[in-house]
Amino acid sequence: MKKIITVQNLLSKGESSTLKHLQRRLFLRQSLTLGALSLLSGCQITEQKDVDQILHAMSAWNDRVQGWLFDPRKLAPEYPESAITHPFPFNAFYDEDEVPVIDEADYRLELAGLIQDKKPWALPELYALPQVSQITRHVCVEGWSAIGKWSGTPFGAFLKRVGADTSAKFVGFKCDDDYYTSIDMATALHPQTLLTFRYADQILPAKYGFPMKLRVPTKLGFKNPKHIRAIFVTNEYPGGYWEDQGYNWFSGS
Amino acid sequence: MAGMQMTENRAQWLSVHPLVVRMTHWINALTVLVMVTSGWRIYNASPLFDFTFPAAITLGGWLGGALLWHFAAMWLLVTNGVTYLLYGLLSGHLRRKLWPIKPDAVLADILDALRGRLSHQDLSLYNAAQRAVYAVLILAMISLVISGLAVWKPVQLQELASGLGGYEGARRIHFAAMALTVALVVVHVSMVLLVPRTLGAMITGRIRRDS
Repeated sequence: MKKIITVQNLLSKGESSTLKHLQRRLFLRQSLTLGALSLLSGCQITEQKDVDQILHAMSAWNDRVQGWLFDPRKLAPEYPESAITHPFPFNAFYDEDEVPVIDEADYRLELAGLIQDKKPWALPELYALPQVSQITRHVCVEGWSAIGKWSGTPFGAFLKRVGADTSAKFVGFKCDDDYYTSIDMATALHPQTLLTFRYADQILPAKYGFPMKLRVPTKLGFKNPKHIRAIFVTNEYPGGYWEDQGYNWFSGS
Repeated sequence: MAGMQMTENRAQWLSVHPLVVRMTHWINALTVLVMVTSGWRIYNASPLFDFTFPAAITLGGWLGGALLWHFAAMWLLVTNGVTYLLYGLLSGHLRRKLWPIKPDAVLADILDALRGRLSHQDLSLYNAAQRAVYAVLILAMISLVISGLAVWKPVQLQELASGLGGYEGARRIHFAAMALTVALVVVHVSMVLLVPRTLGAMITGRIRRDS
């Protein structure tokens, strides 16, 4: 179980995604240089590192501010069925034909980290948990938004059921498409944060994250992991696929 | 004789812009440049309209880089803007410089400007067209900040967002306020190019009175 969260495991999982990742990082670094240079002509190349550092320090500051702004009782607006966006956009760091195919019978949700009962969960067991629905707005970091209907089990109740240490700082996710991300515990316990198994009253289709997607209407879309394989609770900052490349970690709405 | 010359010189210099105004002006100019160029890059990730901004005039290199700039510079924009507005309100600077704004005077000045007849004898006084442009620019930037907050926090600040037509409404207001700000900055910079003495005045705070 522990293997899930090791760096080696992460690296071995997909060479192509790691390569993309490194390219992005390099690109980000270069772009920040160019930005700084175009603004302050005559600026030294070595100052690029300082600019980079300041921007990331500001992003860390914004994480803290958003943590303070986050009201655990404030609910995201819910909408009528008539407001649902058709078709709901597919969005990932790969094309739609690369969506992972997951075998329902073999699937087990793995639990790791600061959780007492780490017994893996089969899909029928998860489907048997209490289910609720929500129609909320998904806001993408790119700027677009879309309204959809998701159904599943309240994530906070699930965490308590498996004996997760809810005083820990982070909940991390590892996904079958090599995606990974993490959220703060306060958001994980928010009443509208759902571990969802259905979209528009149908079993979650592959393109929307079969077999499950964490729906977090108080955060941007990329903080809503799909195809979740493992969930872990930790006090060590787990980062994320996009977060490690420069997207703001908290990214609250 | 030499002494008289000096006294005369001193009398010819007129103080027009207080230090606070000059400092907040230049910090604001740099910050708006960062906010607008990074904002264009963010816009390009999911364009609202049928066009994108040329990558060469955007900041950040990619969406993630642009967002880092945008959400870092916003603190400077707001801190600096609040400093300017507090100073302007408490010292009476805003009232003295920008008030009153009479529509017919604004129109007359704009027509004069287009004919190249607008007088710039006394730079310590803003003409009616200037007063209107600066006042609308201040309002446009306040709208930018308010709509920006709604776009950033459509859940935590949902009361604010719903007053602006929700997330999607706030996003469009944010774009419109940007467009207005950029248009007014273009007018402002064009006028400075036509009357270059004003540039020195915003740096040193003083102008030599023509007479």
